[in-house]
Order: sequence, then C-alpha cells, then structure tokens
Amino acid sequence: MSKDDLTRIRQGRRLRKRDLEEAESKVPPRSHRFSTVSDLEIEALYTPEDVKDLDYSRDLGFPGRYPFTRGIHPSMYRGRLWTMRMFSGLGGPEETNRRFKYLLEQGETGLSVAFHFPTLMGYDSDSPMARGEVGKCGVAVDTLRDMEILLDGIALDRVTTSMTINPPASILLAMYIVVAEKQGVDRRQISGTIQNDMLKEFIAQKTLMLPPGPSIRLIVDTVEFCTREVPCWNTISVSGYHIREAGATAVQELAFTLADGIAYVEACIERGLGVDDFAPRLSFFFDSHIDFFEEISKLRAARRMWAKIMKDRFGARNPRSWMLRFHTQTAGVSLTAQQPYNNVVRTTVEAMAAVLGGTQSLHTNALDETYAIPTEEAAFIALRTQQILAEETGIANTIDPLAGSYFVEALTNRIEHDAWQYIGKIDKMGGMVRAIERGYPQAEIAESAYRYQQQIDRGEKTLIGVNRYVTEHPPIHTWHMDPAIEKRQLERLRAVKEARDAALVEACLRKIRDAALTKENLMPYIIDAVRAYATVQEICDVFREVFGTYRDPGMF
Amino acid sequence: MGGERKIRILIAKPGLDGHDRGARVIARGFRDAGFEVVYTGLHQTPEQIVATAIQEDVDLIGLSILSGAHDYLFPRIIELLKEKGAADIQVIGGGIIPDTDIPKLEKIGVKAVFTPGTRIEEAIAWVRKHVKPRG
Repeated sequence: MSKDDLTRIRQGRRLRKRDLEEAESKVPPRSHRFSTVSDLEIEALYTPEDVKDLDYSRDLGFPGRYPFTRGIHPSMYRGRLWTMRMFSGLGGPEETNRRFKYLLEQGETGLSVAFHFPTLMGYDSDSPMARGEVGKCGVAVDTLRDMEILLDGIALDRVTTSMTINPPASILLAMYIVVAEKQGVDRRQISGTIQNDMLKEFIAQKTLMLPPGPSIRLIVDTVEFCTREVPCWNTISVSGYHIREAGATAVQELAFTLADGIAYVEACIERGLGVDDFAPRLSFFFDSHIDFFEEISKLRAARRMWAKIMKDRFGARNPRSWMLRFHTQTAGVSLTAQQPYNNVVRTTVEAMAAVLGGTQSLHTNALDETYAIPTEEAAFIALRTQQILAEETGIANTIDPLAGSYFVEALTNRIEHDAWQYIGKIDKMGGMVRAIERGYPQAEIAESAYRYQQQIDRGEKTLIGVNRYVTEHPPIHTWHMDPAIEKRQLERLRAVKEARDAALVEACLRKIRDAALTKENLMPYIIDAVRAYATVQEICDVFREVFGTYRDPGMF
Repeated sequence: MGGERKIRILIAKPGLDGHDRGARVIARGFRDAGFEVVYTGLHQTPEQIVATAIQEDVDLIGLSILSGAHDYLFPRIIELLKEKGAADIQVIGGGIIPDTDIPKLEKIGVKAVFTPGTRIEEAIAWVRKHVKPRG
C-alpha cells in the first residue's frame, strides 16, 4: 500500500462518515456497541489504514516459516488433514475400547482418552472419594489391567493417543509405555500426548493433587525422561481450553496459556535440559469459541507470539522449537441444554474457526454434552461434522485464506497486543507460579465469567434458545451408565490386587518413595511399579505422603 | 428494619469435579443480591458439606455438580442432614443434571434444580420466595 493510497483512504473517510450517517438515519444500528464474545469492540468497517504497519515478511511470512502466523507446515491441509481426535471415555475400559473402535471405523484418525474423576485426581475406584463417580465422566483406569483392556486390539505403532491427565500423568504414560511394550512396540515408536499441565489446573480446571512446586517437578521428570527415551511423545499440552471454559476471554486464554508455557520452559531449563532438546515436543490446546473471527485471530496470534517467545526470550535455535502446534476443542461452554440440536450448528462454526486458525487436531463436541457423556449417535454426528468440513466445503484447500483481511489482521494484532500486556504483568509479579499463588489469573477469570453471565442475563449477548427464540424442546435420548459397570470395576480391582506379587508392589512403591526424596527422575520407578500392577492411588498416595497435598482456596 | 438476619447460603461443590464456574458465578450473584454466602471450595464429601452447613448455621445449601454423581451425592447429603437433625436446611442444586433425573431428586427432597441457562435473577427470586432465615 503506497503513501498516496493511504492518503486517499483517509480522505475517503469524510465521505464514508456522511454515507454512514445517512444510512443510519434510515436504519439505526442494531446495537449501540458491537463487540466480540470476549467483549473486544468491533468497528463497522476495516480498511488498509487499520493494518498500515503490517509488514508481510515480518508479521505473516510463509506457512512453515517463522513467525508461523500462517501455519506451521508449508503445505498445511493440502498434504494431510488435521487429526480427528474425539475425546472419549465412558464407563469402564471395555465400553471405552468399544467407543474407540467404533470411532476409528467411522474415520476418526487419533485417539483421545477421557478418564473419570477418581483417576484424574489420583484415587482408585474403591476409594471413599470415588463414591458415585466411577465411570461417570470418563473411563475408570485403576491399574495396568484396565489400560490393557482400554487399548485392546489397537495397534499402538499405528495410532497416536492423547491422554487428558494431569496430576497422575506420569503414571498413565508409564502404563501406556508398558502396554506398548507388551504389544511388541518400542517406546521410541509410540506417539501421543499427555496433558501434564498442572498450572492451568490451579487456575481453572482444579483437578488437584500436589502443591505447585512438586507438581512441576513431576512434569519436568516426564519431559526429561521422554526427551531421552520416548522421543515422539508430546510431553505437555499447555492448555488454554479449561482456562477459557472457566470464563476467561480469548485474550486471557491466550495470555495465561503462553505464560504457563513460559513457566514450563523455565523449569526445564533450570533442570539443565537444552531448550532445543525438549521444546519441539511441547504442544498446546485451545478452545474454539463461538465468535468466529476472534477465534481465528487468537490462533494466528498464538503462533506468532510463541515463535517470538521461543526465539527471542529463550534463544531457541531449532525452528521446530518455535512452532506452536495445537489441538483444538470446540467450546463446551457455548452449548446449551435448551434446543440441543442448535449445538450441532455452534460446533460446526467453531470447528471451522479451528481449521481456519490452522489446528493440528480437533475434537468436535457432541450435541448432548450439556446433559451427559455423548451417546454413540451424537459422537457420530460430531465426527461427521469434521469430515464434512474437511472433504466437502473446500475450507481446507488453501492455506490461511483469511490472511490479508483488514479485519482479521487488525484483530490478530489487537489480541496479540492485549495478550502481551498480560504477560508483562505476570512477568512483573515474578512469573506464572507466583501470579497463581497470588490468585491473579483466577480472579481475572472469575470476573470475566461473572460479567459474561450478566451480559447474557441482560440480553446484551444473545444465546439462541436461552435468551432469544425461547421455546420448549422435547427431551432427547441421553447416555446413562449401567450400575453394573461400577461393580465390575471394583471386582476387577480386587482380583488384580489378589493376583499380583504384593511384595514386589511394595518394593516398587518404596523405591518411588526413596527417589521422590531425592532429585532423581521418578519415571523409571513408576514404570516398574505399574508393570507390577501397582494402582494409580497407591502411587499417588506415595506422592501425597512425600510432597503434601494442595487445596483450592475457593475464592469467588 | 435491620432486625431480621440475612439469609445464609452455603454453595457447595460435592465430589471430584473441579468445574466451579457455575458455583462461583451463583455465589457472587447471591452475595450481590444481599445474601450471606459461604463457599465450601472444591472436592467436598457429603459429610464435610453437612458439617459446614451446620457449623455455619445456613438456611440453604446450593449444590453444584457436573460429574453425573448427583444420583449418589444428593441423596447422601439429604440423608445426612436428617441424621444430624438439620432437615430444615433446604437443599437446591444446579449443574449438568439431565431433565429426567430432576423428578427423582425432587422426590427425595431437593427443593429446586437450576440447570444451565438459568438467569442469576431467577435463582435469587426463588430464594427470596422460598427461604426464610431459620429460628
């Protein structure tokens, strides 16, 4: 854009103002203020003036090249589509294994395990803490036996698996490695992801076990171990999803996620790891909310920011360390229990934003998730949604098609700018761990959640079927767990405990305890323990005993 | 004026799920409406919730559950309130609770269930209408 062009555009503004006033005198604007779902103000029109400082080579560049704004791969989806990875876990390992196989038959291309709350929190199914929860909100996994059933008949050298697991991430990874071993698959060949992101748990999701310090020690243990022995494994999935679902705005989601990422990189460097040895295996996880352009802009800004952070702040030299690779899930929180079929439409739009934002893998929510775990039919529709987007609509045929849009570039810049402000504040506080201890991100998120609810209640933001076009909808069929599943799970746990070598389990747990008191990497000991069929809780009890526990302060 | 004590409400998160967005939003909404609000924080057992409710002398317990464990946790809490002689503390619930389960919960004594999409004002109005400070 030449200087003359910009001058002409500036001059045109006077005419434009007159045109607009005339138009608005006939048809007044629908709202006195237009804003994104996160409340960023949106102008009526964007012109080259809004992006006059944009430098193509510096700010966008080419896909597969720094700063990766346009995508991490040179060919993006023209080569390979994103991985269609549906988050699944229901009842026991048998039911979930069936769901995995069903989805793979339907064309799903990666696995994603949803564990039930007791496993997520480091309790076995027979713990008093697990009463009423077994198999309800994910799959019950207590011992290696459950993991063997969960992955039965699934070739671990042919599929990648994401496991949403945080405090006991090292244990579930250990189980996966041993199951692979039993299939004859070398740990160097397996690939997948453990979420292993405790900082966002303190901020948002609150699946808690240990205090921040020891939580980060366990995370760094897994990073160090995988860097050496499981080289294709994504060691952390730094997750904005839960931050967003807890009520954060798009900017807060982006800023807090990257700040968490910075904290992990610092912790790994402090351990003595070389940044280029572990950074290429860090991955990310974002929410795709309902505001189409805001989400696309957020994802583009995320890539550009992480590239700058890794290159400038941490001095990474390997381009793979600069690449922000991410999984996306459509926004659970955007779905409504009222008129549930509307959720298919919301999920479609959100999935489109994720694809146009350049995601590496995608989960699409099912229409019934505001009631329960998805039925097979609802999961089928959600998967087909991705396939239709990928193979019918043409949106995957060219890379980053919205680049150069005055609006999208301006919004990308705005989101990046605002996110840097947050990161600057967190740096001033002494980093993310200190900020979390002060309750800073928690308070920011709570504030945004409350403000959004008030906007919905006042009708300033629209939710179709909830505050506009409200009608009764007949109930839909939802998933209910068969109570026999809990009984079977408890019986199996008892049988495994009886059949195993109790002295060996005891010895393995003692070795974990001893190593936990030193700075030694715990992973090899955890692998030995799960191979001996130690339970998730037995190992976590050792952690709790040595490291202490953490309770959420419960602010509101 | 000023003689009557404020309505005291315990917002509680039973079970293991950490999804406390709804609990915290409603706690703030109730506080802004002039009620006294105590929040248990996360990962509470039924025993802990009932003990807190009695200790804090609340008039109402609002339970927030997402995990699907409501069919165990709600009855257990109501049973414990009866056992401890505190059956006059009313119980309401919110969260991810299928419509088909709501009549079952109402039958065991849950006074109201507010599912997603409820306006904060609706819950406040319900409390004003149905809850009086005890004794």
